Amino acid sequence: MISLQDRRMSQARRQRVLALSLRQQIETRWATLGIRVAHRCVRGPETGMAMLRGRMGGTGRAFNLGEMTLTRASVVLDEASPAAGALGHGWVRGRDRRHAELIALIDACAQHEAWARHIDSELIAPLEDALEARRGEAARDTAATRVDFFTLVRGE
Amino acid sequence: MYVAVKGGERAIANAHRLLADRRRGKRERAELEVGQIQDQLHLAVDRVMAEASLYDPELAALAIKQASGDMIEAVFLLRAYRTTLPRLAVSEPLDTGSMRIERRISATYKDIPGGQVLGPTYDYTHRLLDFLLLAGSDAPAPERSEQPLEPCPQILELLDAEGVIERELDDGAEPCDITREPPDYPVDRATRLQMLARGDEGYLLALGYSTQRGYGRNHPFAGEIRLGQVEVEILVEEWGEAVCVGEIALSECQMINQFGGSREAAPQFTRGYGLAFGHSERKAMAMALVDRALRAEELGEEVQGPAQQAEFVLAHADSVEASGFVSHLKLPHYVDFQSELELLRRLRREYEATSPGRTEAAEAGPSQGEPQASTADTANPGSTV
Repeated sequence: MISLQDRRMSQARRQRVLALSLRQQIETRWATLGIRVAHRCVRGPETGMAMLRGRMGGTGRAFNLGEMTLTRASVVLDEASPAAGALGHGWVRGRDRRHAELIALIDACAQHEAWARHIDSELIAPLEDALEARRGEAARDTAATRVDFFTLVRGE
Repeated sequence: MYVAVKGGERAIANAHRLLADRRRGKRERAELEVGQIQDQLHLAVDRVMAEASLYDPELAALAIKQASGDMIEAVFLLRAYRTTLPRLAVSEPLDTGSMRIERRISATYKDIPGGQVLGPTYDYTHRLLDFLLLAGSDAPAPERSEQPLEPCPQILELLDAEGVIERELDDGAEPCDITREPPDYPVDRATRLQMLARGDEGYLLALGYSTQRGYGRNHPFAGEIRLGQVEVEILVEEWGEAVCVGEIALSECQMINQFGGSREAAPQFTRGYGLAFGHSERKAMAMALVDRALRAEELGEEVQGPAQQAEFVLAHADSVEASGFVSHLKLPHYVDFQSELELLRRLRREYEATSPGRTEAAEAGPSQGEPQASTADTANPGSTV
């Protein structure tokens, strides 16, 4: 049996990886997974805003910095599916309603244990690898602009 | 009596059509795509997002296109769009310490963990026009280091073992939100920072500059400037925990300023803070200078310069409010002006009646006649709109 804490952790991990991945990449991989299930939206997908908070000096008291667009969706799986009635939620920065719906659908499907293992190994893990690879490349482009100080010794 | 004057609908419709034509420009040239603006004019996009107080690069790019590049108009458009959206969540405070660094420098410590990382900067360019761009040349791919970027911890947190720099601690206070409650002066620092974050960059830059030129001097050092991507987390009720919903670009400036001290506290460097959406380094620096200037009273400094006067600084920082009020002067003031004109004519008749010998001099120009002091008080213009 998976503990509640573990389940929450993988749920948060999936939500994070899916929110940070390109929707098109998720669509492509999701289609190859072979999980075919009907669902309906019970909330949204709807676009609104999140107020973003910063901290004074980076570590101090919170203040309201400004807002960003945010889209959310909640879906429920069809009665005929193996995970009938499972409820899933998805949140993503921006206004891509399909992206939010897709995250919610995957969250709902992941409540079916066998599907969850399949989703984590065939969808989340490769997307996470792709995300890390993209970030690694960007970081190495930045690293090339790091200053190497050297001292010129004059005289003698 | 109120008399509504109608008319102008056709002129307005045609004016907007003409505007759309001018915006499109020469038809033989390809139309500008919003995606091009988003990718290739991204610093303009960042500025519009920061001042509109809404992070959405695509919509900011659209606003720039729609406004024909008029940045203040673009800010207005995006700010107006903002009012059509419901608020779904409040984020956890953004952790700039875990930023994916694209640029990070310090002007106070040379050797820092992670190093001085220049990133994509206009600093050190010669500011010579690049005619290759006019010809349309392709940029080479960036140099890619073999080594990964080392972790870049927040310098002020790391290098101050002596405690010579003021600490910023969280006491859990809930910040005010000016989008829900209009500011009631005097306002606290959280409110000031929210107002500065959406303030016009040029205005904040000028005020920050004024402190450097002596109008409220506070001896700033750029302790650390960092630009990069930060993950956004919101608390999802259904899950009872904070989850990541995406990431945004931020610019942060930690200014270290003149020290203060008192009988109770040893002398310490004080701090000013700037945080802005996107790559907005100049904005973050200006914001940090003005944030520090506005702490004058709290730090027991004499208020000497305009940048230290909170109500003056904050009430005029928002370009949407400022341009709105200036622009309203273009609206018809026919009746207002007519009443002013009649008042003026009456005053002139009275003037002529009481000082018959001076009529010629007064008409020749104000410098030659000595106006009667009594007119000043009665010439109250009253309010328009």
